[in-house]
Amino acid sequence: MEQLDQLVQQATLDFAAAADGAQLEQAKARYLGKAGSLTERLKSLGKLEPEARREAGAAINAAKVAIEGALEARRNALREASLLAQLAAEALDVTLPGRGGVQGGLHPVSRTLERIEQLFASIGFVVADGPEIETDWHNFTALNTPENHPARSMHDTFYLEGHDDVLLRTHTSPVQIRAMQAHVERCKDLDTMPDLRVIAPGRVFRVDSDATHSPMFHQVEGLWVGEKVSFADLKGVVADFLRRFFETDDLQVRFRPSFFPFTEPSAEIDVAFMSGALEGRWLEIAGCGVVHPNVLRFGGIDPERYTGFAFGMGPDRLTMLRYGVNDLRLFFEGDLRFLGQFR
Amino acid sequence: MQFSEQWLRTFVDPQLDSAQLGHLLTMAGLEVEEAEPAAPAFSGVVVARIVEADKHPNADKLKLCKVDAGGAELLQIVCGAPNAAAGMKVPCARVGAVLPGDFAIKAAKLRGVESFGMLCSARELGLSEDHGGLYALPDDAPVGADIRDYLGLDDTLFTIKLTPNRADCLSLSGVAREVAAVTGVELRPVAVIPVAPSFEARRGIVLDAPQACPRYCGRILRGVDARARTPEWMVRRLARSGIRAISALVDVTNYVMLELGQPLHAFDNTRLQGAIHVRLPQEGETVLLLNEQTVTPAVDTLLIADESRALALAGIMGGEESGITLDTTEVFLESAFFAPDAIAGRARSYGFSSDASHRFERGVDFELARIAIERATRLILDICGGEAGPVEEAVAADALPARAPVRLRPARARRVLGITLDDQAMLELLRRVHLAVERSGDDFLVTPPSWRFDIEIEEDLIEELARLHGYDNIPAVAPQGSLMMLPRSERSRPVWALRHLVAARGYQEVINFAFVEEAWERDFCANEEPIRLANPIASQLSVMRSSLIGGLIGNLATNRKRQTDRVRVFEIARTFERKADGEPVAGFHQVMKLAALAAGTVVPEQWGEKARNVDFYDVKGDLEALFAPRRLDFERLSHPALHPGRAASVRLDGRSIGILGELHPVWVQRYELGSAPVVFEIELDALLAAEMPAYAEISRMPAVTRDLALVVGVEVNAGKVVEVLRAAAPAIVREIELFDVYHGKGIDPDKKSLAFRVSMQDTQRTLEEGEVEAVVTLLVRQAEAVLGARLRGAGD
Repeated sequence: MEQLDQLVQQATLDFAAAADGAQLEQAKARYLGKAGSLTERLKSLGKLEPEARREAGAAINAAKVAIEGALEARRNALREASLLAQLAAEALDVTLPGRGGVQGGLHPVSRTLERIEQLFASIGFVVADGPEIETDWHNFTALNTPENHPARSMHDTFYLEGHDDVLLRTHTSPVQIRAMQAHVERCKDLDTMPDLRVIAPGRVFRVDSDATHSPMFHQVEGLWVGEKVSFADLKGVVADFLRRFFETDDLQVRFRPSFFPFTEPSAEIDVAFMSGALEGRWLEIAGCGVVHPNVLRFGGIDPERYTGFAFGMGPDRLTMLRYGVNDLRLFFEGDLRFLGQFR
Repeated sequence: MQFSEQWLRTFVDPQLDSAQLGHLLTMAGLEVEEAEPAAPAFSGVVVARIVEADKHPNADKLKLCKVDAGGAELLQIVCGAPNAAAGMKVPCARVGAVLPGDFAIKAAKLRGVESFGMLCSARELGLSEDHGGLYALPDDAPVGADIRDYLGLDDTLFTIKLTPNRADCLSLSGVAREVAAVTGVELRPVAVIPVAPSFEARRGIVLDAPQACPRYCGRILRGVDARARTPEWMVRRLARSGIRAISALVDVTNYVMLELGQPLHAFDNTRLQGAIHVRLPQEGETVLLLNEQTVTPAVDTLLIADESRALALAGIMGGEESGITLDTTEVFLESAFFAPDAIAGRARSYGFSSDASHRFERGVDFELARIAIERATRLILDICGGEAGPVEEAVAADALPARAPVRLRPARARRVLGITLDDQAMLELLRRVHLAVERSGDDFLVTPPSWRFDIEIEEDLIEELARLHGYDNIPAVAPQGSLMMLPRSERSRPVWALRHLVAARGYQEVINFAFVEEAWERDFCANEEPIRLANPIASQLSVMRSSLIGGLIGNLATNRKRQTDRVRVFEIARTFERKADGEPVAGFHQVMKLAALAAGTVVPEQWGEKARNVDFYDVKGDLEALFAPRRLDFERLSHPALHPGRAASVRLDGRSIGILGELHPVWVQRYELGSAPVVFEIELDALLAAEMPAYAEISRMPAVTRDLALVVGVEVNAGKVVEVLRAAAPAIVREIELFDVYHGKGIDPDKKSLAFRVSMQDTQRTLEEGEVEAVVTLLVRQAEAVLGARLRGAGD
């Protein structure tokens, strides 16, 4: 019996000494193989008396179980060690940058326009569109600005060579006319025309170029025509928009009497931030007013029954205020060092 | 319009400081653009008289003055001004004074002589740039008086930006009337007392075009001294209105225009012949104007003429040959009403504008002419002496502007504005601005005064009410409307989704001008007849673009100059081409496109990828991704902007929707781009269209794939091979994908091998081996027959 204990002890030591799977298998063969010492002892059992054989057999079996256990433990240990070694060898420098391309981004003015569209869509405004080469009629006449009207000198208009009756639109307001006409056409079979709510973002053009003026810039026109639309609604919508757009209530909004041929009463909208770099300064942000009855008529709408309000905002200016950009020209230079800041 | 606050306060003087007054004007619709002090801050400067001016004992260029500054004793002051002389009255900064720039005056020793103050030039007081010497004050300036009081320097210069409808505020009287209306403070108008004629001479006035000029007042003045000095107070008020004093007669006409709003003109009466005619031009007539410009008046330009010739452009500018000079002694003064329609736009058509035309084209009070001529007569006689003849007035009463009553429905006004103002309050507001109001049932009948040209319809009155009630007092309410959902089609996607998708593939959005240089249209579009601007601001911004690609190439060049080598940009914008039946504007096709450009390395330089320049297939992959799952077709294309071997027409559902390709090497060189960018330009509509997903049953049967390598001539396009295979494939073929292109060892130099994976599946049953083989054979046969292909391995 003592010999068996020694054998188990020896086997455990031999297994522990095995550095890898092959050595372990060799060691295993020494004890459990065909000529292994334990196997030899089992073979010799036959020579014993039945009583002694049973006793010795049990002891040998116990030793065998012990040795097999030691073997399995060593196998597991070696497997684990080898896995650890493999994992260690596979370790990466996790601080190296990820592979692949970089994202581009939207133009900052596009970001603004997308926000504007989303905010107005949330109260049921749809987006309308109009041509940039526009007829003189849509750009001026239908907006209650006849030939020789002093208001025409407020716009420095780009004209096209060889065409007297077309121009590059000086504002997005002609879209008002197109949107009204289309709406009237859509609703011609209805007794009551549903409210028309559109915004029209787009590019506009004026003969002007310096640090604060670009010959091409953006406007967003807004128009709401219905049976119950008032100046008070206009004030509500625009003030609400500005607070949502700038994501602050820390903002004063002022409506100041002004004049546009296509609205009456008309107002300029100024905002003043109550903190930050521009604190307390009134900044002109938009023009607006109640749609002039002549304009409704040109749009095919009865001004006795329906009223409307319209506004025209400068998204370039809104973008500058929102992100602190100080030079309008940066928007149109395509400098990736600038544009890349708005990803 | 610029004016002095002090002058305004002579007409109306509300208990408001300058800032409050400015705010009030702005909120009344007279936007204050600027409010500047008339002079910088300084103190302790008084009117002084130089009693003695002797040479400084120790300095040639200095003088030693004894000065009476109103104190008990004369002050000794050392002065360096060349014009310092005994008897002169000048501003004197006494010891303790503080000049602009916080410059404190102390007693000092100059070249060994004590000096107790400083005599000042206009520039030292910040009053002008004049540094020629001491500021010479008039002889009657009261010694000892504070110079700020004496010169009225505690004044603010307001510049207001008037909207074109408010011509009635183009004068001090007009602004004052408005301030009085808004504040309720009493208005003190200029008292104009008619000057009785002292002789009977008349020129005679004929209104040949009464619609254009329904009223004309004239008056002869004799014995005037045109060289008389304009009084200091008038010079100052003019100066603070931005008008330089010229000579007494001119100054008076300008002054009355500013004061009352009536433009006047003074002719030299001796240079006129016979009666004055207000008429339209005759063929071939010219007028030499005061600005030395000779114009040939257009047929609709109203003239002032005498019996021999045209004298002046009525309401716009006087003529050189009939104008007053410093030698004039006899004046014919004109004060007329010209109809806005007769003046509007005319000055601009001759390339200038004038204070007179600015007012007439917006509307001058048609009842003002006589008052103004009396006012000017009084001032001229007071300043220049002389005597006046009778006022001659020609009127075509029928042609004077009508002032028809306008109906105002108070209920409508309340509804349009969203306010609750009651009828009585409305009535009071309207009367404040001198509107005559009568009740008519529930309504008001409102008649505007002669100076208001902007009240013709009910909305004009609603605006007036809004303004007088105060925009601030109109509530801001959340509007109510019927809630209806907006349509949102699944068969198109919002342009924003597209923008974000393009950006996600590495492209930065840019916004370029719609007008470009002509060379871009020629080089990149072969467009020799672009749509040209009639009045471009610069030659490089002179034609409308028919393609967005030029702008992107410009962006590439700009960024490369700024050391950004890897450039990926895109733009979504309108392009412009001629098209006779274009919609919605005839003559023009204005279509939205998306264009993109990629240049430089395919990914930013990094440790984990080998640096490689972007190529045709990278960008093609981007383009295909924008359309996925829809499948594009590509065809070889010859395009002026693109490399002839690397250009494709992009097709969708059999229609060409754009182009893709590498920039032509000629342009790469000419535009100094360094390496060739790959570009595409696609119609936006095609990109925004989307397909509704449609469900197809997923087969439970096993799929079978077979690989097929076909050897074809190098000139055969892969796309063509796929097309032929797809066309020939029976229904069980699910997909034919190209997975390898081989050209090189083992294959004829003029051949290439294309490897396809053919997937086959039936929804109902397992395919049999024979069936599969039959399909492969069929495909190979078809490729052999149509493309001259053969199966690779067969004979290689």
